[in-house]
Amino acid sequence: MPLRPSRANVGRRQAANHLFTVLAILSTVLVIAPLFAILVYLLFQGVRSLNLAFFTHLPRPVGEPGGGMANSIVGSGIILGLASLLGIPVGIGAGIYLHEYGGGKTLANAIRFTADVLNGVPSIVMGIAAYSLIVVPQKHFSAFAAGVALAIMMVPTVTRTTEEMLATVPNAVREAALGLGIPKWRTVITVSLKTASPGIITGCMLAFARVAGETAPLLFTAFGNQFWPTSLNEPIAALPLQIFVYAVSPYDEWHRLAWAGALVLIVMIMVSVTLVRVVAGRGMLKGGH
Amino acid sequence: MGVGIEVEDLNAWYGQTHTLKGINLKIPANSATALIGPSGCGKSTFVRCLNRMHETNPVARAEGTVRVGDVDVYKDASPVEIRRRIGMVFQRPNPFPTMSIYDNVASGLKLNGFRNKRVLDEVVERSLRQAALWDEVKDHLKSKSGASLSGGQQQRLCIARAIAVDPEVLLMDEPASALDPVSTAKIEDLIFQLKDEYTIVIVTHNMQQAARVAEKTGFFLSGHLVEFDSTHKIFTNPSDKRTEDYITGRFG
Ligand SMILES: Nc1ncnc2c1ncn2[C@@H]1O[C@H](COP(=O)(O)OP(=O)(O)O)[C@@H](O)[C@H]1O
Ligand SMILES: [Mg+2]
Repeated sequence: MPLRPSRANVGRRQAANHLFTVLAILSTVLVIAPLFAILVYLLFQGVRSLNLAFFTHLPRPVGEPGGGMANSIVGSGIILGLASLLGIPVGIGAGIYLHEYGGGKTLANAIRFTADVLNGVPSIVMGIAAYSLIVVPQKHFSAFAAGVALAIMMVPTVTRTTEEMLATVPNAVREAALGLGIPKWRTVITVSLKTASPGIITGCMLAFARVAGETAPLLFTAFGNQFWPTSLNEPIAALPLQIFVYAVSPYDEWHRLAWAGALVLIVMIMVSVTLVRVVAGRGMLKGGH
Repeated sequence: MGVGIEVEDLNAWYGQTHTLKGINLKIPANSATALIGPSGCGKSTFVRCLNRMHETNPVARAEGTVRVGDVDVYKDASPVEIRRRIGMVFQRPNPFPTMSIYDNVASGLKLNGFRNKRVLDEVVERSLRQAALWDEVKDHLKSKSGASLSGGQQQRLCIARAIAVDPEVLLMDEPASALDPVSTAKIEDLIFQLKDEYTIVIVTHNMQQAARVAEKTGFFLSGHLVEFDSTHKIFTNPSDKRTEDYITGRFG
């Protein structure tokens, strides 16, 4: 049997290679095209309706022209800040436990299972859960309840990415630290976590971007508000809610504002994600990771 | 200053597998001791038992007595204290990839809470000089990552990092096996100089290397210490047939 490839053989392989390249490009286009179309349309509709008032004014009652979503922008910022503050540390902590301490223990497997299930729970169920756990006992809607609902939604993604990213840190690096007499907890924080940090940050940003656009969990928690937020313990305005209310309304003026709101929401998410990447990337060294 | 090591009836396991079987030996202070033997005979396991790195593996277990100077390693101290006193250099260079060259060397002190910048600067320079790396890296101490160096430089960085905490013993597990001949020669020179100050235990696959750097040599075979004697004796006139077979290349 001849072991060298014949000319025909090589030709066939090259053809197959080209075919797969074309297929891969085609699938990419198929995925990107609708997304791109939505983005362009949103940009077109949103920019037309944006003005300074949108960022500085409170919403006006039906019939009065003008008004903006200033309180919703601030409200979304507060809710997302709170959600990140609660969800990211818990998620990272759980991820650290899973990879650095849990091993194959029953508790670790239970946490993994819970995180995976939690990831698949529809967001409206999270809203109802936060409603019955926080809103009902407190007898009022609140920014706090909304923050908790979104935080719970962030935890599974953050936990699992943290665990996966820690798994990519070579054991040799951990051993280097332990071998220097650095205590385990310190090794975990300053060596394992630091080495895995680019991936963990990406995971946190993914979780953040995902909950930033959530509307359903806010319906029963944040509830919405026409005024500036003054406390975490009262109903609060949020961009997705306001967009939802305006978009399903019969008024053209409100539709216009909803488009603007959608654009602002997307830009807010993109800006925060980029900002975190830039800030996190600044400390990196030449030739490092 | 280095201290001597006394090992009495040391046994080690991975799960149910009995890997080290009743090891007894005395390693003299301020000298280099080589450990040789075929792959899988337990050399790495043995040195990892000396600084209690063995037990970082959840299935691993060790029994017996190890005395380093006047400290009973398994009785008198925590693993963290022991590892501060017994430095380790691993087979594959393992600098901290996110840290600068400076921070790599300072890490053992810094991460144990040491903050005095002037002293840190001194220690970093002295350690890098001792590891014969200073001239190659002094211009980008804080701007380059430890991972950006070549393999041989990385290993010398790891040596600098290990000696920066001023250990009494330095364990080296095949420190040159992943390196080219030039880097290997540099590391051997280094061992020569370091043994005035530290007690060095070096695992090596390379018998010429053992012969060049070590005063004493131990031969391991399937978890037993077959023979432990002066390097000269081991290589010219071993008392055990198995040692002779190994060094004359009849197996392994
Ligand atoms: N992490 C581990 N888990 C289970 N067995 C191991 C582990 N490390 C080493 N061993 C086993 O222990 C024996 C000794 O290994 P090692 O000490 O690494 O030998 P050497 O360094 O002399 O090549 C080998 O049989 C090896 O398969
Ligand atoms: Mg080994």
